[in-house]
Amino acid sequence: MLENLLVQGLSGLASASSLFLVASGLTVIFGVTRIVNFAHGSLYMLGAYLAWTLVTSLPRGHLGFWGGVAMAALIVGCVGVLIEVLLLRRIYKAPELFQLLATFGVVLIVQDLALLSWGPQDLLGPRAPGLRGATEILGIRFPLYELFLICVGPVVLALLWLLFNRTRWGTLVRAATADREMVGALGVNQRMLFTTVFFLGSVLAGLGGALQIPRESVNLQMDLAVISEAFVVVVVGGLGSLPGAFLAALLIGELQAFGILIFPRITLVLAFLVMAVVLVIRPHGLLGRAPSTAHGATAIEPPYPPPSPWVRRIGAAALALAVIVPPFLGDYALIVFTEIAIMVLFAASLHFIMGPGGMASFGHAAYFGFGAYGAALLLRHFGAPMEMGLLAAPFAAGLGGFVFGFFCVRLSGVYAAMLTLAFAQIAWSTAFQWVELTGGDNGILGVWPSPWAQSKLAYYYLALTLCAAATLLLRRAIFAPFGYALRAGRDSPLRAEAIGIDGFRIRWFAFVLAAVAAGIAGGLFAYAKGSVFPTYMSISRSVDALLMVLLGGVRTVSGPILGALAYTWLHEQLMRAFDLWRLFLGTIILALVLFFPQGLAGALQRGERRS
Amino acid sequence: MLAMLEVRDLHAHYGRAHILQGVTLEAREGEVLALLGRNGAGKSTTMKSVMGLVRPSSGQVRFSGEEVAGREPFEIARRGIGYVPEERRIFAELSVMENLEVGRMPARGGTPPWTPERVFALFPSLGAMRARAGGRMSGGEQQMLTIGRTLMGNPRLILLDEPSEGLAPVIIERMAAAILALKRDGMTVLLSEQNLHFARLVSDRACVLEKGAIRWEGRMKALMADEAVRAQYLTV
Repeated sequence: MLENLLVQGLSGLASASSLFLVASGLTVIFGVTRIVNFAHGSLYMLGAYLAWTLVTSLPRGHLGFWGGVAMAALIVGCVGVLIEVLLLRRIYKAPELFQLLATFGVVLIVQDLALLSWGPQDLLGPRAPGLRGATEILGIRFPLYELFLICVGPVVLALLWLLFNRTRWGTLVRAATADREMVGALGVNQRMLFTTVFFLGSVLAGLGGALQIPRESVNLQMDLAVISEAFVVVVVGGLGSLPGAFLAALLIGELQAFGILIFPRITLVLAFLVMAVVLVIRPHGLLGRAPSTAHGATAIEPPYPPPSPWVRRIGAAALALAVIVPPFLGDYALIVFTEIAIMVLFAASLHFIMGPGGMASFGHAAYFGFGAYGAALLLRHFGAPMEMGLLAAPFAAGLGGFVFGFFCVRLSGVYAAMLTLAFAQIAWSTAFQWVELTGGDNGILGVWPSPWAQSKLAYYYLALTLCAAATLLLRRAIFAPFGYALRAGRDSPLRAEAIGIDGFRIRWFAFVLAAVAAGIAGGLFAYAKGSVFPTYMSISRSVDALLMVLLGGVRTVSGPILGALAYTWLHEQLMRAFDLWRLFLGTIILALVLFFPQGLAGALQRGERRS
Repeated sequence: MLAMLEVRDLHAHYGRAHILQGVTLEAREGEVLALLGRNGAGKSTTMKSVMGLVRPSSGQVRFSGEEVAGREPFEIARRGIGYVPEERRIFAELSVMENLEVGRMPARGGTPPWTPERVFALFPSLGAMRARAGGRMSGGEQQMLTIGRTLMGNPRLILLDEPSEGLAPVIIERMAAAILALKRDGMTVLLSEQNLHFARLVSDRACVLEKGAIRWEGRMKALMADEAVRAQYLTV
């Protein structure tokens, strides 16, 4: 038993080292550029693939392996520089969410490029020469390579510490972390500084990936798997803190190693649970500090203009079309139309907390999923009919929003976004691992509508009615006194509190309201598809919702509606027409972020004002 | 005397607010020019526009005969303009020595370069706390450190934004002595101030700003003699 614990402890340390390599790059980049780089996981994956190619094609032996690993890390560093120079440099002043989205666009592009270059199958890496065997520790055999990895973490931490505390470059980087503008006014070229920081961070990610190849197979899922763990580590440790990242990597690594012994069923939940607990107790992580807001405060958004007659007329015409046209459409078109109606509500619900509420949610799919599972579970375990299911959906989602929201609305900015992500991952992994209740990966099948709504047309009208009504209600709330109070709290929390607005309660209520609306959308989606899967709560569905809102424009009320229409249609067309739809979607995201930062509705509004 | 800094018809906006409405001024080589005016007159914005921290909407900024308006702050700093911000903006996590290191730039031909030792000769109290974190210093010490940090870039002109703000009278006197010492070494200084007594101690000439434009210009002594101008633009 004791030996068993020791082995688990040691392999936990080895995982912690790998995790630290990735997380340290992420945290260094965040510290200086304030960008949470989703593409960091892609750089890690690239490192693994490149190392695989280099090591297997270079001559065998020490030079082949270690040379390949080093070269892979350096190439990944150069890829990182390319990303920084071509993309991020242009959006340093954009809102955080745009930056996150832009880096997510890079994730999609790299995924398809890796698929094109290396194919879909898992690649088995060669073992490290000289470290193939095992050694005996207290009578148990332990792989040498794992021991090597255990040493890598502290060595890298020490080297980074020296770099940041004993060189001029490191001093400049630390100064820029505190006040970039001042560093510029003292004659330092920030652009060069940022690019070199990005190079370092990317090399660390590439190295982390390359060192994994003797341990596990290289595959296309590595990027998102490692990035969500790295996020947890960085957020738990405190964004921008290297020792914090190290501490958190140890914590998470060991927790997973021992967790698998004690709670094998909830290993996935465990890491995110720790993150949620830490963020609630220490909102800026174990060793993090509150970000200084003195310089570069965010700009206040202009108030929403009342809808112009033009917008009203277009909206009424679109709704009229949505009512009149469907009887003349085929089943496939009706399915797409139903989905669009549902997505409009889903996007509007996310916009409600993002736009007027000012809270970026990276896990809004959780409430969509709660709605869907609420309906499906009632059916599966109690045989409830559709009407009951649709009624239960908003309640289930609202309850989820009530509990999660209580924690999320205390934080702001990146930390709030990360906490919503953590809760969504908890919800997702519960659905994924609690097979007895949810059916796990196989989902819940046979979630069909009641007989009267069986036809695609009838169900479409049902969905349209509910979604349109809920969307209009949300819109009404934005322009009600409640909406004013919410926006006041977003623009100036202190002043809003001073005039007697209970900011916390208002935001919490808005969060629940948004969750309820997302739950209605989720419930309708479940009956439309006839099934419910854990993917309904996955990161990518949360990102879908974000894309719709940003495509339409956060700063307008009609934006999300337009965005949902455009995105759902586009997504459908891309999926049908191209195998490489991720590549296209990623490119579209980048184009959107670079050229239409105000979204479609924002661009239309500007056009209208100019004419 | 040669003009080191020439600002001509400078306009700047914050959003829709028109802050600078055609500022024109000239700082001559080796002089201390005071930029006076009430709160919100545009003193800090003038300095930030010269430094490139605020992008001017129109107008010219010439430094030693070269147009610098529209350039990046780091390029302007490298040409030899040093900026000492009003809020000091010390790097709180960095030690005194590290703060100075961030400001260091290669020496310019002709003048002896600034070193930490030379900064400590000018501000002896800093020399006693080389390893102390910037965030754990008093306001006066921080003000000295900001000036020292900027001097490490070997500037030929420094923009001092309200260096006396919030400081004890004793420290203000020492600050004035330091500025006069810099002037003796040939430094050109543009000093923004609300504290007229402090400005009088160190300045040769003065410009008075009001609502984003220069309303009065002349010798410091003349300003001190002219009660009417002071009452109109300076007294609160």
